[in-house]
Amino acid sequence: MADLSRRKFLVRVVVPAVAFGLNPQLVSAADVTRVTRLPRVGPQPVPVTLLVNGRSVDVPLEPRETLLDTLRDKLGLTGTKKGCDQGTCGACTVLVDGKRVNSCFTLAIMTQGKPVTTIEGLAKGDELHPMQQAFLDHDGFQCGYCTPGQILSAIGLLAEHRPTDAASVHEWMSGNLCRCGAYANITAAVQSVAGGAA
Amino acid sequence: MNPLRYAKAGDAGEAIATVANERNARYIAGGTNVIDLMKLHIEEPEVLVDITGLPMRSIAATAGGGVRLGALATMADVADSPLVSSGFPVVSQALLASASPQLRNMATIGGNVLQRTRCNYFRDASQPCNKRAPGKGCSAREGQNRFHSVIGTSEHCICSHPSDFATALVAVDALVHTRGTAGTRVIPIENLYVLPGDRPEIENVLRPGELIEAIELRPSAHARTSAYLKVRDRASYEFALVSVAAAVAVDGGVVREARVALGSVAPKPWRARDVEAALIGKPANDATFAAAGDVATRGMRGYGHNDFKIPMTRQAVRRALAITLPGGRA
Repeated sequence: MADLSRRKFLVRVVVPAVAFGLNPQLVSAADVTRVTRLPRVGPQPVPVTLLVNGRSVDVPLEPRETLLDTLRDKLGLTGTKKGCDQGTCGACTVLVDGKRVNSCFTLAIMTQGKPVTTIEGLAKGDELHPMQQAFLDHDGFQCGYCTPGQILSAIGLLAEHRPTDAASVHEWMSGNLCRCGAYANITAAVQSVAGGAA
Repeated sequence: MNPLRYAKAGDAGEAIATVANERNARYIAGGTNVIDLMKLHIEEPEVLVDITGLPMRSIAATAGGGVRLGALATMADVADSPLVSSGFPVVSQALLASASPQLRNMATIGGNVLQRTRCNYFRDASQPCNKRAPGKGCSAREGQNRFHSVIGTSEHCICSHPSDFATALVAVDALVHTRGTAGTRVIPIENLYVLPGDRPEIENVLRPGELIEAIELRPSAHARTSAYLKVRDRASYEFALVSVAAAVAVDGGVVREARVALGSVAPKPWRARDVEAALIGKPANDATFAAAGDVATRGMRGYGHNDFKIPMTRQAVRRALAITLPGGRA
């Protein structure tokens, strides 16, 4: 019982109830008369298989659900943060197909078959990803809310082979806001990993 | 966001037929604009047709020395293309000055040129807006209009067009290749857009279901020596207050050909033909560029909060032209 968090409890109770309403093939009479034949699913939840942090996960979801909401509310991966939910803060940054994206502007159903990496997928057991370790070593955060997004964005920056002088890191990390203002230490953390990898 | 149905398109014809024939169906690719607007209840499609599976992402050199950009290429794909940065620097610069690295990894260039205005009244479903609800009135004319247009407006709408990329495309005479239920056609980027007039809800000439398949960049001397200047409230990750896409071919110290497009000052990317005329045949120097800046402000009018855009345009045109020159600095 100790590990039954509020979130896990909600997921256990709510998800089966949603799945019970599943009917992906529901087509109204009006649709049949239309000239198009492109099959569609929804709006009810449909079974979808996502590939998150190297694991294949079957989850029922509505087509309108964002990847952000699916990660947090369906998969319990609450490390990915919901800041603005409108593509302006970067707290929801994850990697899809190795590219950093805003999960608040991504429909989960459109990520089928694509590897998704969240902050929970970076460490190997107790061994932190070098970027996680660098944020600790350089004190690259204060409250920590933006940190998962910052770390995923920084990993994306290096994967894109962007320049890592301070001005370039500022520019190429500009999609991640830090209201505590830890930018100087975040920049140092990114540069330390870039230097180590070179 | 309202409940919706989702269809993944396997070929373009199928997708076009669906969006053309079905009420309230819409394409989705990068999603950065449509998901945003769905969350705000500004757009409420019942069916989303996912076109990301269509083979329209390649960036390829054309026989004539240009570049064909598949409409599903992301902003990052195009910004990173050496074909684009070498022959069309204004295009790369405009893309790199846009949005954030994350959004550029997601947003496609086809969607970019069709993105909706950032007008706060358009984006607030509780406010009157002629673009969203024709006949309800324009809240911006008497409201907060710092980001709004100073040319090309009408009494019904003073919104500004937010795309840096589209502004750059106007300066290099790009072509938009489309496919619709009636077949394919090619539209010069400048002609893709229409001014609000008395129908602000109509923003472009595309027909129902008509899909942008590619954007073609055609080589030219002026495109090779082009530059983008974006003036904004912060150094990065912000929409423009005023932007200038300038493409100038200089030979023997004299301007031989010129394209000047202004961004975020009009409801569409604004080609400043009178500025181009003021440049051609003149010595490529600051006096010429300053005079061109003066010409750029002709016909502009402010609505209060955005009055500053007029002198800002004058200076931005002058600076943008200067940085097109070899070793040029703003």
